[in-house]
Amino acid sequence: MSAWKPKHQRLVLVALALVALVGAGLLAAYALRNQASYFYLPEQMLSDPPAVGQAVRLGGMVEKGSLQTAPDGVTLTFAVTGNDGSRVPVRFSGIAPDLFIEGSGVVAEGRLGPDGTFVADTLLAKHDENYVPRELQEMDEHQAAKMAEETTVGIE
Amino acid sequence: MHGFANPKRFLSLANWLTPLLLGSGLLVSAGALFWGLFRVAPDRLMGETVRILFLHVPTAWLGMGGWSVIALSSLAFLVWRHPLAALAARAAAVPGFVFTVICLATGSIWGRPTWGTWWVWDGRLTSMLVLAFLYLAYIALAQAAEREGVSPRIPAIFGLLGAINIPIINRSVVWWNSLHQPPSITMGKSAIDAQFLVPLMVAVLGFSLLFGGVVLARMRALLADIQAEARLRRRAMEAA
Repeated sequence: MSAWKPKHQRLVLVALALVALVGAGLLAAYALRNQASYFYLPEQMLSDPPAVGQAVRLGGMVEKGSLQTAPDGVTLTFAVTGNDGSRVPVRFSGIAPDLFIEGSGVVAEGRLGPDGTFVADTLLAKHDENYVPRELQEMDEHQAAKMAEETTVGIE
Repeated sequence: MHGFANPKRFLSLANWLTPLLLGSGLLVSAGALFWGLFRVAPDRLMGETVRILFLHVPTAWLGMGGWSVIALSSLAFLVWRHPLAALAARAAAVPGFVFTVICLATGSIWGRPTWGTWWVWDGRLTSMLVLAFLYLAYIALAQAAEREGVSPRIPAIFGLLGAINIPIINRSVVWWNSLHQPPSITMGKSAIDAQFLVPLMVAVLGFSLLFGGVVLARMRALLADIQAEARLRRRAMEAA
């Protein structure tokens, strides 16, 4: 040890300290992995349900074809699905964000009712990681319209 | 590398590199922002709001990059005792903090129309806010250490400790369910269409050049401060 230059001693010391620090950080993050999650997934809510009336968040995808507006015009009912097909019915009264549509991600803040329906006070739309220009998405419609135009020429 | 630890050699390099980096950075980032704000098509879901991407993503990366510079310079200072490394760490703190604040502000402005909220306490947003507070603490600590004549090793150790937050920010959307979307750009893959991705990468390049220019300019200013102080002290000694 005494044969080492001081700067090598410092390098080893700092390296050891860094390993300990990163280890501590990873352990802390691992311990936090459930508590630091922002919302319950539907499968988590079904397998390990929070107490009825406790304020929690539910996140997942809005099931296609499940979104319905009640006759009062402001109450929405829909189902949130998770990764394994489990679904939780949700009821919400209020104004939903613009990006809230069927087949898209949502985070609902509220509480689980005694009948298993999640009653939401707030809806947050969750955006996915895909960024696509509008024109590219409409390409198929344009092509379809063009095709229809071309194929109907002369039918009159 | 060790050659540039000599302040004279560093200055002869920095004197022409600083205006070059600042000038090209201003040009490239202004061009990328014009491209992103006026030339790119709106997104399929977010519409015009997507344009904030070209400011939000580069500032987020550089906010984290700034602390990486602080951590690596602190490591070099602690191990090899290069005084220039301590200056580099101090010089990177203010631009890093500014980029972090721009990232938080633009993210909040984007979140209101997209998510329906200005702010939530999810993993990504919270760890980024912690980074902004770490910057403030580092700036205060480095200034106090200089003013009080305390060893600059104390802010260097803090700079290394704070680096643990960088992988946490990066992984926060993977480890925990969060409102912030998962990463769009991962090793060699991108979920961002090329029409958005190209101006985004140009913006990242432009802001990085600006960041480098500001760090060099601040290092020169800090060096000039130290030299002026040494000269004053010498003159006072001669007069006495």
